[in-house]
Amino acid sequence: MTTRTPDVLNGWPPPVLDPAGPFAGPVTVVAWVLFVMGAVVLTVVLITLGVALFGPRKWKRRVAGERLVWIGGLAFPVVVLTGLLIYGLSVTARVSDAPGAGEMRVRVTGEMWWWRVAYLDARGAEAFQDANEVHIPIGRPVVLELESADVIHSVWIPRLGGKTDMIPGRRNFMRIQADQPGVYAGQCAEYCGGPHALMGLVVVAHRPEAFAAWRAKQAGPAIATTVPSAAGIFTASGCGACHTVRGTQANGLAGPDLTHVGSRQTLGAGILPNNQGTMAGWIADSQGIKPGNRMPSYPVLTGQELRDVAAYLDGLK
Amino acid sequence: MWRGGTASIVRCMVMALALVATGCVDKADLPRQIAQGDSAEGLKVIERVGCAACHAVPGVRWPQGRTGGSLAGVGARPLIAGRLPNQPDTMIAFVRDAPSLLPDTAMPPMPLTETEARDVAAYLYTLDDD
Repeated sequence: MTTRTPDVLNGWPPPVLDPAGPFAGPVTVVAWVLFVMGAVVLTVVLITLGVALFGPRKWKRRVAGERLVWIGGLAFPVVVLTGLLIYGLSVTARVSDAPGAGEMRVRVTGEMWWWRVAYLDARGAEAFQDANEVHIPIGRPVVLELESADVIHSVWIPRLGGKTDMIPGRRNFMRIQADQPGVYAGQCAEYCGGPHALMGLVVVAHRPEAFAAWRAKQAGPAIATTVPSAAGIFTASGCGACHTVRGTQANGLAGPDLTHVGSRQTLGAGILPNNQGTMAGWIADSQGIKPGNRMPSYPVLTGQELRDVAAYLDGLK
Repeated sequence: MWRGGTASIVRCMVMALALVATGCVDKADLPRQIAQGDSAEGLKVIERVGCAACHAVPGVRWPQGRTGGSLAGVGARPLIAGRLPNQPDTMIAFVRDAPSLLPDTAMPPMPLTETEARDVAAYLYTLDDD
């Protein structure tokens, strides 16, 4: 058994001014421009205030009168803020355009308190579902179609793009792109109740051929590697009422699709590393780990049963 | 004055040595230690594999799982999981593959290498104070 390091959990929270793609770059530039200009304006205002309060009489006279108010208080802000608005809108405009032909599309639906992820085919139909993790090929834009199943959420993957809200009844678009393979952390950035702070998202960027292989495998049914009795406990415990494991009887839609849960980086929506141990802990006491989330704790399993279910799910690679 | 200070230090050391020599420091009272185990590395491993999903672990702020017992003071307990003698080799084996020692335990095998298991056990033995 190899130790898999969920890099995404090691560097939490993700760095916010460390862009890793062409859609995060301009956002970072805008952030720095705003910060530096704000600092310069604040400095000038404070110096002027100091002069007006404590300066020599000759200097005070220069900053007195209406002229400075008209220029510094009205004309300057109008010009600068209009310029910044146009600049900001122009660098972020293409990020949220509707998808064009041939663009890869992934629908991400905010749920309380996890992410339903559906990979779409060329016609925009759903090819297969996954959860809490978005896999993308490097070096090309990927359009995220953002929807909400309940309240307002917001997707924020700081190294790959800006924030975009998920608004009930609307579909927003956001492009992300990673230049290098790797794991990028995301977070719900709009308070959505209870365990909002524990609603993390993971983006995994692959080289194109590795992505194609991942997608082909992911689209297929579950391949269980453990003893059949473990699957039986999963079924008998009613897990399939909320969770789907494609290729088995489990076809619930309320919770995350678990068809390939064992291959994910994290559990509980980006909050725990993923192995048999954390799986068992999550199943037994998900309410202790993520209070208020929609999955009940399962204090009804014996130690052996808990371990079997955890091994079964961990084996769904 | 200085000479007197030195003399009292020497006297203390002699007394301490005498205590050791007469068996006041017994093997069973020594903190259990792991040869070549790196406790600082062990804490990093504990955080990386997520032991805290089931155990409250001193030194890990979140989560503080309740499924398994708290590990506060685990280094001083006579038994592991109330069933096994708390000895270094047993601890190393247990953190890595608990079911091989206790078939009905709820604790699954953890993805640890032998070295990582030693480091984890070394960290657990620093937790000798409730």
